[in-house]
Amino acid sequence: MKRNVAYLGMYLALALICSYVESLIPFYFGIPGVKLGLTNIVVVLLLYTLGAKEAFLVSVVRIILAGFLFGNPFSILYSLSGGALSFLAMYVLKRTEKLKVVTVSVAGGVMHNTGQLIMAALVVENYHILYYIPVLLTAGFITGFFIGILSQEIILRIGNRI
Amino acid sequence: MNRRFGKTDFIVLAVVFAVLVFAVIFTAFKRKQGEFVVISLDGEVYREVPLEKDQEIEIKKEGITINVLDIREGKADMRKASCPDKLCVRQKPVSKSGESIVCLPNKVVVEVKGEAKGDFDSIAR
Repeated sequence: MKRNVAYLGMYLALALICSYVESLIPFYFGIPGVKLGLTNIVVVLLLYTLGAKEAFLVSVVRIILAGFLFGNPFSILYSLSGGALSFLAMYVLKRTEKLKVVTVSVAGGVMHNTGQLIMAALVVENYHILYYIPVLLTAGFITGFFIGILSQEIILRIGNRI
Repeated sequence: MNRRFGKTDFIVLAVVFAVLVFAVIFTAFKRKQGEFVVISLDGEVYREVPLEKDQEIEIKKEGITINVLDIREGKADMRKASCPDKLCVRQKPVSKSGESIVCLPNKVVVEVKGEAKGDFDSIAR
């Protein structure tokens, strides 16, 4: 248990650094909400090595802390809905045990953007912005794919030592 | 290679990607130059402005200007915003029907719409 606490603290720090690095990269497509999703590496890694509960905890705490450090209350709200939906999708897909890390990560990326867009539509009480769904989901697919490949390599190489 | 990428993964990813690309292309083709923008605040219509005339619109909430929308050459661009992240200001100008600019913290939505007279009017005519 004590060992786990220390480990989770380390992973949380790693996730926060990923958030920070991401906030430094001017990665912008002209559509708000498209992000790299570097922190998803940590979440996927935890999901496959330590367990679902731990992964969820780190993900939620990371979002709240990163929101206070590099964002604003709205980015927390946004990210929480995206993060929760993304985690749920990844958890369910992983449980089926038929799919590899890449596909699970793609589902995470796609659902993250879905969650954010739904929350945005609810906040502004305007459902026409759902018009951007195809573009945002494709962006989530592409970033999720690359994040998935990265996570897969990390898990295969050092997964058993975590 | 099997540890990284299975047959199921390939099928699932290919199908999903194909659907997404199709959806993007489909929506891109459907876009047409819009005729006017609808500005809404807190989910209610604030103003409707034609895109033909170049002008600057101040969006006010309780007497304070929270956003400034610039209309130039048939395109609407968010100039100023009082929110901290300025995502709407950084966004590219919109001009095609269905496109929108959203300022989430201020709950401002700028939407481009088709003909100034909607479908209902053209049927009634």
